[in-house]
Amino acid sequence: MRSRILMLLGAAVFFMTFSTSAMAGDLDGFKGEKGEIKIAGGTAHIPVMKEAAQRIMGVSPDVQISIAGGGSGVGIKQAGEGLVDIGNSGKKPSEDEVARYGLHLFQWAIDGVAIIVNPANKVRALSQQQVMEIYAGKISNWKEVGGVDKQINLYTRDEASGTREVFWNQALKKGEIAANANFSVSNGAMKAAISQDPFAIGYVSVGHIDESVAAVAFDGVVPSRETVKEGKYAIARGLYSCTKGAPAGLTKKFIDYLFTAEGQQIVVDQGFITVK
Amino acid sequence: MTATCERAVERLFFAAAFVSAFVTLFIFGFMVYYGLPLFSGGRFLAILTSHWAPHQGSFGIYPMIVGTLAISLLAMVFAFPLSMGCAILISVVSRGRLSRILRKVVEVMTGIPTVVYGFVGIFLLIPLVRNVFDAGSGMCVLSASLMLAVLVSPTMILFFCDSFDRVPRSYGHAVLALGGTRIQHFLHVTLPCAWPGIIVAVTMALGRAVGDTLIALMLAGNAVQAPDSVFDSARTLTSHIALVFAADNESLEFKAIFACGVSLYLFTTILVLMIRLAARARGKVGQVG
Repeated sequence: MRSRILMLLGAAVFFMTFSTSAMAGDLDGFKGEKGEIKIAGGTAHIPVMKEAAQRIMGVSPDVQISIAGGGSGVGIKQAGEGLVDIGNSGKKPSEDEVARYGLHLFQWAIDGVAIIVNPANKVRALSQQQVMEIYAGKISNWKEVGGVDKQINLYTRDEASGTREVFWNQALKKGEIAANANFSVSNGAMKAAISQDPFAIGYVSVGHIDESVAAVAFDGVVPSRETVKEGKYAIARGLYSCTKGAPAGLTKKFIDYLFTAEGQQIVVDQGFITVK
Repeated sequence: MTATCERAVERLFFAAAFVSAFVTLFIFGFMVYYGLPLFSGGRFLAILTSHWAPHQGSFGIYPMIVGTLAISLLAMVFAFPLSMGCAILISVVSRGRLSRILRKVVEVMTGIPTVVYGFVGIFLLIPLVRNVFDAGSGMCVLSASLMLAVLVSPTMILFFCDSFDRVPRSYGHAVLALGGTRIQHFLHVTLPCAWPGIIVAVTMALGRAVGDTLIALMLAGNAVQAPDSVFDSARTLTSHIALVFAADNESLEFKAIFACGVSLYLFTTILVLMIRLAARARGKVGQVG
């Protein structure tokens, strides 16, 4: 506990010293604020949440923001049960869940779901038909799609993942996923697994793509912020933050911040598409 | 004064025992209650033997039961000789400084968190298994078992050492007096006397291997299939609970994890019973000594 406080203090001091005053405008509302915001859920959201939290804690050291993962299912559930203030979800919660928990939804970004392979893999384009057959296990060797003569290692996400739901609905058209597919527990874990495995195929939020993995063009369209924004890239979804009931106090300020010019700039910087 | 004090302490201990026993029973009842929609109408057996395909309305946990057994039993196959060898080195072959240092190292190993092993496994073991055996992604039953073996070995080694050390020294003197060697002493005297202790150690380690979540979650690949070979990706009951836990509370998927809980519970109960029986046998050996 004590070390956590020290860490938070350290982070606060760091940001007070080094953050430029130019971006202070949208953060003014947090000055002198006290309290705690607990955030959990979708792992695609984490980069934006972290950056926003650091900036807020930079201007008001008495605010503590904790960010946990767990996936979209966890986000919806924990927000609904009042365990966290904000539950993030990469899929729209079902009407049943919204009604049962009294959830309020805030969509602050649009995100693409990109198919990724190891950078050592030379395959850089797949058609939807090929992707569906690969995930169904009908195409099981990379040479059938122009790669080396090696077995394709499938990676997917757990059933509660928002990223999985979008990928399954839009890329696989709710098609079958072979039983031998490996399961990763977060966008980060998926990226780590693909970057380690030269014969892997998987999918992550476009915001998570970096040089450790290679994005694959889907039906001829390379997934990027631009192609998702223009609507050319087909596998896209909204990123939601959910609260139980209408947000109030610090939680409301945090969500409002995500929609300010500065908040939306963070969204862009982290590789997502703004909603404004 | 002391009598009242003694009675109070006695009551306190009784309360502690009662609470822990009650909690255990309560948890079992809780799992059965919440899993009830799946257990009713003789469907429990169907769940144990069918496959997991939530979108087709099938919530069987057969692949996970096979995965759990395969990974934990294979881990024991690796861990047993390793632990036996270490324990013999520590307690039988070398006595003195080396033995004391080795024992300390093993004691430290028991405290290493599982996630550290899992992490090391992802970056060292998985690529190794993939390259050496040319076996898919490297995330498979074999990788998880090897790492689990490393995880449970320290516990087993310490238990083995303890049971070797408990064999009275005078037996050894008798063997020497009869002109026996140290190896004969170990094989014909120490090992038979320590046998019940060895069984306890194996059951404890197996329990830990079955109950561990993180290693399998990080290294076994978590595919929902009953593995055909050690190079297949597999999912354990514990990983399954961790993976499905995020599902909507009202969904049947979520209810199905209570079936996993009950299966794990029954499995551990059987293990504990085995430990009890072994411990009783050990008691008899003690009387002979």
